[in-house]
Amino acid sequence: MTVRILTGNESAAWGARLARVQVVAAYPITPQSPVVETISAWVQAGELPAEFIAVESEHSAMSVCIGASTAGARTFTATSSNGLAYMTEQIWWAAGARLPIVMCVANRSLAAPWNVLNDQQDSMSVRDAGWIQLHCRDNQEILDTVVQAYRIAERLNLPVMVCYDGFLLSHTAMPVEVPTPEAVDAFLPPRPAPLQVIDPADPRNIGPVVIADRRRDAGGVLRGGYMELRAAHHEALLSALDVVAETADEWERSTGRSTGGLVVQHRLDDAEVVLVAAGSLVTQLTLVADGLRDRGVAVGVLGIRCYRPFPVEALRERLSGVRAALVFDKALSYGYAGPIAADLRAALYGVDGAPAVYGAVCGLGGREVTPEALTDAALSALADARAGVRERAVAWVGRLSEEVSR
Amino acid sequence: MSGAMVEVRWHGRGGQGAVTAAKILAQAAYLSGWESVTAAPSFGAERRGAPVTASTRMAHEKIRVLSQVTAPDVVVVLDDSLLSAVDVAAGLKQGGVVILNTVEPTLALKVPEGARVVRADVTGAAQAAGVVVGGQPIVNTAILGAFAAATGLVMLPAVEQAIAATFSESAAARNVEAARLAYECVQE
Repeated sequence: MTVRILTGNESAAWGARLARVQVVAAYPITPQSPVVETISAWVQAGELPAEFIAVESEHSAMSVCIGASTAGARTFTATSSNGLAYMTEQIWWAAGARLPIVMCVANRSLAAPWNVLNDQQDSMSVRDAGWIQLHCRDNQEILDTVVQAYRIAERLNLPVMVCYDGFLLSHTAMPVEVPTPEAVDAFLPPRPAPLQVIDPADPRNIGPVVIADRRRDAGGVLRGGYMELRAAHHEALLSALDVVAETADEWERSTGRSTGGLVVQHRLDDAEVVLVAAGSLVTQLTLVADGLRDRGVAVGVLGIRCYRPFPVEALRERLSGVRAALVFDKALSYGYAGPIAADLRAALYGVDGAPAVYGAVCGLGGREVTPEALTDAALSALADARAGVRERAVAWVGRLSEEVSR
Repeated sequence: MSGAMVEVRWHGRGGQGAVTAAKILAQAAYLSGWESVTAAPSFGAERRGAPVTASTRMAHEKIRVLSQVTAPDVVVVLDDSLLSAVDVAAGLKQGGVVILNTVEPTLALKVPEGARVVRADVTGAAQAAGVVVGGQPIVNTAILGAFAAATGLVMLPAVEQAIAATFSESAAARNVEAARLAYECVQE
């Protein structure tokens, strides 16, 4: 193990390198570009025995990953923002084809208007595509999570998206423990043989049309239709709850480092209000909670590491007996609510003793999220919770309200 | 320096290497015994020649702040032509330090009471050590020597080690020499 001062993007590249990825296909986009630039330099220098395929678009990047993963290679890519939006068609394909691709998303806002800075609207926009989505709190977790992601993906034949905040983590350097290749090899064996082997001597049709009715497969066996495949996909994602948690436990046993499995928690004991978020905001919120605890206000933090599948039971258990959960979303389902807030409200609906769930939107397009603004939001949630308020409109944190014309 | 965490803000022009310097300083700080360090550019798009900023933080406990530095303990200015364009001392803490690359001993700079201004001919140090690219002296590594001398927050050997880890062998030797020369030439 060596400690290096690494940006989040470099940490992601190290995770891919230690996982011994075999095919990397990517197209550059801010703030992700340094991930694949770093990998490309390693490949060129002969330090990483992988095939680096420069493509003409993100749609092609994911297409190459689909082809390579189908052929049995361990594949990797990274993107952000409109790049992710452009590859959306293939994101759905990778999931439906049950390919264990790992992709880093350096989270960035979506256009229009153009903005290169951080929020989480990009990965949230594909949360329903059938990928596992994991969020990282700091650069160490990016490296650790990329390695874990391959174990999860290859065990379940599901793709995994490793999300981390653009600039806040992607471009911020901090000390990262880089494990030895031997330590990672002991944790992550080579990829098992793919479900369908591409072999010219035994030609098969992979990715055929599947209509609503049952159909016979290449071996002549009667199989379900499209809906049965989708149901199996859903069940695989639900089973990922256990696999994600187990994998994090095994990583902790093997490296001594805890990344959190499904959720991470900070000072939840006797908390009146719990602050909920995903990504680097979780790190910032622990500072806010500590400050409020020093003032005698019982506030805790619950970080969502695994956003898909959504860890319903873990959240219900951690939030039992709490007055209010205040969810900070760096995304918004326009016309409704922040995605994490809406999901949490649904998860807690009808549960005895469940907290009120308040939603707050912050940090869109890189708007600075200050500890002071988060503290004010927590205190106003506490006041509402004590007054028995159950329903609240979406609150905006850090939105300019005076002297601004649209 | 006051408080548990030291915050450094870098001012340079796009292309001068402020972001690289911020990262090498973080490495040097780590090697000097600061267990937690961060380095970051100002977030967003940057243009060559335009004023840019970067930041380094160092602490003994895990740094949990990711926002930009607005109240620095130390300000480092790579290019004194910035003084007419940018309020480099904005938010400088009482007792803070501004490290200024200049040959102009009378250059005026307004700082809060109790703050120091440390001057060094870092361009001269870079030139003397042969850290010159396309005819232009590159000051971002040399000024790390001035930083060590002016603040005592990082040790010169740690600066040298961090520089050596960043560059290939011959470039590393020149950059280390530049930092040593700048370490010697700081003036209050």
